[in-house]
Amino acid sequence: MKKLTLFVPLAMVAALGLTSCGSGGDKAASPSEVATADTVASITYAVWDEKQRPALEKNIADFNKTYPKIKVTVDLTPWAQYWTKLQTQGSSNTLPDVFWMNGPNFQLYASNGQLEPLTSSIAAKKIDPANYPKALIDMYAFNNVQYGVPKDFDTIALWYNKAILAQAGVAVPTDKWTWEDFKTAAKTVSDKLHAKGIYGVADEMNGQIGAYNTILQAGGNVISADGKKSGYDNPKTIEGLKFWADLVASGSSPTPKQLSDTPANVWFTSNKSAFFWGGSWSTADFSTAKNTKSLDVVALPRGTRQATVIHGLANVVSAKGKNKAAAIAFATYLGSKEAQLTQAKTGTVIPAYNGTQDAFVASVPHFNLQVFLDGAKDYSFPLPISKNTAAWNQIELDLLPQAFSGQRPVAEVAAELATKMNEALAKE
Amino acid sequence: MTARSQSRPVLPETLPAPQRTGRGGRRYGWWPWAFVLPNLIGLLVFYIWPILWTAYLSFTKTGAFGGQTWIGGANYSTLIADENVWTALVNTVIYTVIVLLGVPIAIALASLINRPGLRFASFYRVLFFMPYIAMPTAVGLVWRMIYSGDFGILNWLLSLVHIKGQYWTSTPGFAIVAVGVVGLWSSLGFSIIILSAGLKNIPIDYYEAAQLDGADRWKQFISITVPLLTPSIFFVSIISVIGGFQLFDLLYVIMGQANPALNQSQSLVYIFYNQGFIRNDRGYAAAIAMLILVVIGAVTWLQFRGQKKWVNYV
Repeated sequence: MKKLTLFVPLAMVAALGLTSCGSGGDKAASPSEVATADTVASITYAVWDEKQRPALEKNIADFNKTYPKIKVTVDLTPWAQYWTKLQTQGSSNTLPDVFWMNGPNFQLYASNGQLEPLTSSIAAKKIDPANYPKALIDMYAFNNVQYGVPKDFDTIALWYNKAILAQAGVAVPTDKWTWEDFKTAAKTVSDKLHAKGIYGVADEMNGQIGAYNTILQAGGNVISADGKKSGYDNPKTIEGLKFWADLVASGSSPTPKQLSDTPANVWFTSNKSAFFWGGSWSTADFSTAKNTKSLDVVALPRGTRQATVIHGLANVVSAKGKNKAAAIAFATYLGSKEAQLTQAKTGTVIPAYNGTQDAFVASVPHFNLQVFLDGAKDYSFPLPISKNTAAWNQIELDLLPQAFSGQRPVAEVAAELATKMNEALAKE
Repeated sequence: MTARSQSRPVLPETLPAPQRTGRGGRRYGWWPWAFVLPNLIGLLVFYIWPILWTAYLSFTKTGAFGGQTWIGGANYSTLIADENVWTALVNTVIYTVIVLLGVPIAIALASLINRPGLRFASFYRVLFFMPYIAMPTAVGLVWRMIYSGDFGILNWLLSLVHIKGQYWTSTPGFAIVAVGVVGLWSSLGFSIIILSAGLKNIPIDYYEAAQLDGADRWKQFISITVPLLTPSIFFVSIISVIGGFQLFDLLYVIMGQANPALNQSQSLVYIFYNQGFIRNDRGYAAAIAMLILVVIGAVTWLQFRGQKKWVNYV
């Protein structure tokens, strides 16, 4: 018994050792050839979204019309384990040949030599960066080398519930709304429908669908353009944070405690909030919600300027793969107009290739989905990222709720956040 | 206690004593090794080697994809200065103490379930054991709903008796206790099963003798059941403490990501996970893992030292 009980705690410590056993590994230097119709290879494609699988299978079938001897196997890992698994594979030089990449993780992989440049496909005019939103092309370039071909994108807009607004006697929002219009409308809803437990707005407040947008609208920044310095000590950034603290203080929004217990989108789909700042990816969720006929979407209200965060996924190729030529050919095909049109038809995401997005807009006729495309085209700013984005995202999650809840003054929290974020950035 | 002298099995004097050579066990040659080898390899590869490797990593700066640079004790000096670590240690101890409170509850429940002649005994056993089989994630999700401040069943029940409920999982101070209660609840089943097995080993004669001597049920419980159950109680306590110090998944699921109380409610394994897998500082995470190892090792050692005072092996 003695032995057994001593090994139990050790097992946990063992977990870390196992996942970090890989040696740094030397870079396999192989001249990348170009795949042809005769290329025989077997490659894996790692993704995390089951809902997109039918489109992927179709893409693979179409790809095999040109390259019949390249066998592509889809390796589906749920989101919760995707990055942990990928990092373990990266440590042992066994990354999948082609895989989905997101903005926050991109520089981590690119700066550690895990990704293969796609420069050959661009030089051969098989990928033309002009066909994709510039923010996304820039997001997947590192030291001026293109590593990813954009797959899809998302922007943020203001979702609202017409029925609740009518009950409160508030006019539906327009794309001309300012912060003041929004705050007044949200406060009116909360005041009038307080007895029914209905609030003006419910939102996650943190990050991509919350404060990042208001920070940009106030003219602030989360991170400096070179990705070296925190923007949280910028007074304009602090204005963007105050926006949310004010909504909580005035009772227009549930408190962060309430929102932690019941997520914002649940308040919204349960007819308990009139507004929800949400991404284009909420379309699928809201189109099947019980109250879907009461819902619609419009551009975010503007501060000193109009702004939305844009983010999107890209397909990238492993630098350590054995069949790099085949992998590059596949990633290149996935970026083509044909492949992205296939993707568009399933209506789950907005394809990145310019001019293939109509199917998305038409996918839910009673939502004004065009607003997401207009945002991407006219007033979008890339999601803030750096080499180790997750490190300071974690600090934001730790500290910002204290500012939003009114527990501590916004400026004080922002100053602490700036200091800690700068420490994290210095370590990159 | 009275059972001690009787129950010791008497060895027949004629049993041949094992022959000893100069160095113990030599005459068996390599055979024993062949039998333990499969297990030994697993142990070395999956336990011993990773522990040594983690110990090494704790003295390095390790990137997201490996590649170590030796930095001496720097991770450990960061660790000592990191107030989050000490908050987490306190939280972990609070949680462990709450889970340990489950041991006396489990003793009471186990002896109730094992009362001779109880109807539906196996039904109760299944009922209490169920939470232990359920995945911690599923348990966490359900409790998260129960605890929900605005729409949870707990606050609804409290409102029936005119008590204003809290935001249990998002208020600093309450949160770790709320998680502890779930931990206690879900570990009860395991403790009850172990203790039930212990109860079955107590000969019924003692109770009959006690009854003849005029001892009531409570007296029997205190003077026969508890003392003879101490080896099982000891085992359950050890397992509960080790399990308590490894708190992670329940906390992670119940508290969620954007929780205003999270900063003040993290456990040791939680910050280990954060540093190692979110912030990609594997070296520092390894140092935290070593701290956890040392703390669990020390507490377990203390318990083994203490057992002489209260555990009766009959």
